[in-house]
Amino acid sequence: MRRLLSFPPDAVVPSRAAVLAGQGIPEGAASERVGAILDQAIARFIDLAQPRAVCQGISATDFSSVYQGEGLNSDRTPVAEAARRADHLALFAVTLGQPVSDEITALFATSDLALAAMLDAVASAAADRAVDLLARRTLVDLAGNGGSPAAASVLPYSPGYCGWHITGQRRLFARLEPEEIGIRLNSSCLMTPLKSVSGVLLLGAPAIHDFSADFEPCNRCTTHACEIRSPMLREEEPDADPEPDR
Amino acid sequence: MQILNQIADRLEQGEDAQVDELTRQAVGQGVPAADILNRGLLAGMEVVGRKFRDHEIFLPDVLLAAKAMYAGLAHLKPLLVADQVPSKGKVVIGSVQGDLHDIGKNLVGIMLEGAGFEVVDLGSDVPASRFVDAAVERGAPVIGMSALLTTTMSVMKDVINLIRERGLSDQLRTIIGGAPVSADFARDIGADAYGFDAANAVERVKDLVAAA
Repeated sequence: MRRLLSFPPDAVVPSRAAVLAGQGIPEGAASERVGAILDQAIARFIDLAQPRAVCQGISATDFSSVYQGEGLNSDRTPVAEAARRADHLALFAVTLGQPVSDEITALFATSDLALAAMLDAVASAAADRAVDLLARRTLVDLAGNGGSPAAASVLPYSPGYCGWHITGQRRLFARLEPEEIGIRLNSSCLMTPLKSVSGVLLLGAPAIHDFSADFEPCNRCTTHACEIRSPMLREEEPDADPEPDR
Repeated sequence: MQILNQIADRLEQGEDAQVDELTRQAVGQGVPAADILNRGLLAGMEVVGRKFRDHEIFLPDVLLAAKAMYAGLAHLKPLLVADQVPSKGKVVIGSVQGDLHDIGKNLVGIMLEGAGFEVVDLGSDVPASRFVDAAVERGAPVIGMSALLTTTMSVMKDVINLIRERGLSDQLRTIIGGAPVSADFARDIGADAYGFDAANAVERVKDLVAAA
């Protein structure tokens, strides 16, 4: 099933700590002035963001074809392993819309540098949060359709990460057609608007996202933050739901 | 000179309106533009850069100081040109072809200007030939390239190959940076330096300019 969703901008506003961490600022270390800039950036974000998502279920077999992409993936990847073991799979794309990116560019051009960088950090964290909300919504939908999400977890995986080569975007876009929510792909597989995320949601028991195996892409990864990408694994409660466009 | 210390101090605090006014006053008092630049604006930015490296202050603080620096520089630029005051060196920077990410590249440019370099910012989605042409036309000995995508990293090698093909290897040095880029990758493609963050990139550019 294919769904188009919209989010209220304030629903995807990330925590202050997440934004500051994105700028390398430890909790409690931000000055009053920096805090005021963060407030301003969040207000600007709520004014400008147009968060939308498209999500479409896909069989493991069909995903295998999408995942294959142009044959440039790493040999063994957590994406392929988790996809084989997942109960349900869904392609997705999320965007915050073009006005936020335009505002960041404009702020840099007028030398309002601190606000520009802060708005960029807010938007980056907000895009991740929108994916979190979409992942939760997907689990809820699954429960409504007779699935059993009680012991389920869901993690997003994206081309360009975890051994899934970024050229995989081309087949993903051909299948998902996120142009419908305004996302375009350029020749180097870069999405515009820049604050967009695409990939596959893999749903199943938490054990399917087992990163203890010695995957070569994981050895090269500098973040090692897969587990905390999942709102379920973080055991956070959602505070907003996306609204269906149709 | 007290006013220069005030400029440096206010710049450290990111007080752009005060730096703007103090710089205007200093110019009005006949203080040489080179002194205002070096002992006021750049002296302040040097402290900011050191504090940032030592994690005493954070990115927003640096950017507030940079905005203050630009406010002062607006008064000085025509005077520096008229007085033919040389910069610490010219650097051409840009995000490589296919890559529209420019935040990291912008930060490097800001930090370079704060260290006294003249920056020629080509923007994002810059073809290999444009990097080399700009460096030659503007007399810049260093090209800085940024990429945030594994698909665009290869353009960095195209730039380095083009420099070799045109016989410019003795004149031009390259530095690369960006999330997927590493020191190993820099070595593999023959880049002269790798900057792991904006502050580190400035240090590496200083090394490249000194060695040129």
